[in-house]
Amino acid sequence: MAITPPLDIADVVAVAPRSRWIQGALAFCRRRPVGALGAMVVVIMILVALTAPVIAPYDPLAVDFGAMLSPPSAAHWLGTDSFGRDVLSRLIYGSRTALIVGFGAAFVGATAGAILGVGSAYFRGWIDLVLQRFMDIFISFPLIILALAIVAILGNSLPNLIAAITIPMIPRCALVIRSSSLSIRELPYVDAARAAGFGHSRIIMRHMLPNVMAPYLIMLTSFLGQAILLEASLSFLGLGVQEPTAAWGLMLRGAAVEFAEQAPWMGLFPGLAISLAVFAFNLFGDSLRDALDPKLRTL
Amino acid sequence: MGRYILRRFLLMFPTMLGVAAIIFLLLRVIPGDVVQIKFMSGEGQGVSAEAMAAERAKLGLDKPVWKQFLIWLWGVMRLDLGMSMWTGAPITEEIKLRFALSLQLALMATIVATVLAIPLGILSALKQDTWVDYAVRVFSIAGLAIPSFWLGILMILGFLIFFKWLPPMVYTPFWVNPWQNLAQLIWPALAVGYRYSAVATRMTRSSMLEVLREDYIRTARAKGLWLKLILVRHALKNAMLPVVAVIGLEFAFLLGGLVVTEQVFNLNGLGLLFVQAIARRDYTLTQALVLLVASAFIFMNFLMDVMYAWLDPRIRYR
Repeated sequence: MAITPPLDIADVVAVAPRSRWIQGALAFCRRRPVGALGAMVVVIMILVALTAPVIAPYDPLAVDFGAMLSPPSAAHWLGTDSFGRDVLSRLIYGSRTALIVGFGAAFVGATAGAILGVGSAYFRGWIDLVLQRFMDIFISFPLIILALAIVAILGNSLPNLIAAITIPMIPRCALVIRSSSLSIRELPYVDAARAAGFGHSRIIMRHMLPNVMAPYLIMLTSFLGQAILLEASLSFLGLGVQEPTAAWGLMLRGAAVEFAEQAPWMGLFPGLAISLAVFAFNLFGDSLRDALDPKLRTL
Repeated sequence: MGRYILRRFLLMFPTMLGVAAIIFLLLRVIPGDVVQIKFMSGEGQGVSAEAMAAERAKLGLDKPVWKQFLIWLWGVMRLDLGMSMWTGAPITEEIKLRFALSLQLALMATIVATVLAIPLGILSALKQDTWVDYAVRVFSIAGLAIPSFWLGILMILGFLIFFKWLPPMVYTPFWVNPWQNLAQLIWPALAVGYRYSAVATRMTRSSMLEVLREDYIRTARAKGLWLKLILVRHALKNAMLPVVAVIGLEFAFLLGGLVVTEQVFNLNGLGLLFVQAIARRDYTLTQALVLLVASAFIFMNFLMDVMYAWLDPRIRYR
């Protein structure tokens, strides 16, 4: 049984400061090829999303009733949908929606959660107590139900959709970050900073937040996949992105089920795209977690 | 121990109250109300403003919001959830059949998940970093990545294309025709159970790995104890706690969180009811549903905490 020594944050920090990130990334790829594979798929997805207008063979919104429900062929590699729109082009453009929602929701959710979590641990006392109760309350709502209610209130545009997915994530992240920062608060340098007369916000932002980077990055990557899944679910229900925008969850809705027998490609490929994207994010996130903090469990 | 349980028990109520208050307010922030939606659709078009006001008064929507909240809360405390604002039927009636369906589905998915997850998780931990471990991990990461509703679509697609067969689409209660009932519900249970098992497998694996590194396992092995005995008596007993916790919490979520999968399999469960209730601005029904699902989750959380405290005395004295 080969034992790979765990790569901890010290390995990453110990190298020369100038190329610390590049060195860290290289060490990560060497020690965790599976995670690197996930990262590679993510990078490819980002490239596809950025170059969508160049690489997409058709306009994703172009309706062509002559080519309705045509099976995969040389002209339409992945077939067309019930409006004759090219499935491949819609998949390519759909990656934009998925990535914008994924990165937007995960970044805002994890960051807001981290600030709340660190603040809660730093202030303790009644602020901690009140914040904790609020977190408990929001965690008790099933994720999708909270998102549904928020979409119903805000209406379904893309920024609102991101907000609806972000809000349920904040308390989940805050809980994890709070428990990691409780111990940091007791470290001498926090006392030193307070003795030096620094304000609360400076201590939280400059002294404590950088030290919860590991759990923060782990939560961020695990949220990425979840956000993409949640967006797909909401769009599938008709409560997320609206037609005719290209989004993977939306492509599975309606006609894909209706014409399942004649045109199975309509239901097959968007689902594959969602699964592959989330799979890649999870592979990367898992390896990152193992590398940064083997003890932390995220689901 | 008694004091810990009591404190933990009492803490449930502020959380439930918070859930109740937040869903109550959220609903009233959503534009439009039940009267407006009822009268704007179908036969009620062109109803006078007075008639709408009368309807609102009948439903109690003309009172100030805080008063409505207190009236509702008072009802909930007497276990009276009131009437649906849309159909006028008692909410317990509306929920009853659907709850049975959702509960059965959640139970079946839990069985699927447990049967898959625990052996796979243990195997993966014991064979860490071999191809068995990699296979199990890929299987479980895939389970987290594949949307259950898409897995459901794939199942239906597969049946249609390869067998020219569809699972029954009309719900039959278990006590009427168990065979028909299972033939319908086994597929959504499998679709949801796969994701659920992935969560539990990962927890089993990481928790087993942690326990296997403990000193007392090394001691047991050094004593020359039989490996199987060590696993069952020493490792499993300690490793299962977080696994049971995860399974319990997921179960509570399954009760109300299957909104999308229910849609795919044409199931009339709590998830669908929830979507309908929100779309119709049926305040009382939505509030009851959210409170029901959230309470199930809060109660599960309480049970888990008590279980942890019972098994690990250090927690009690914190």
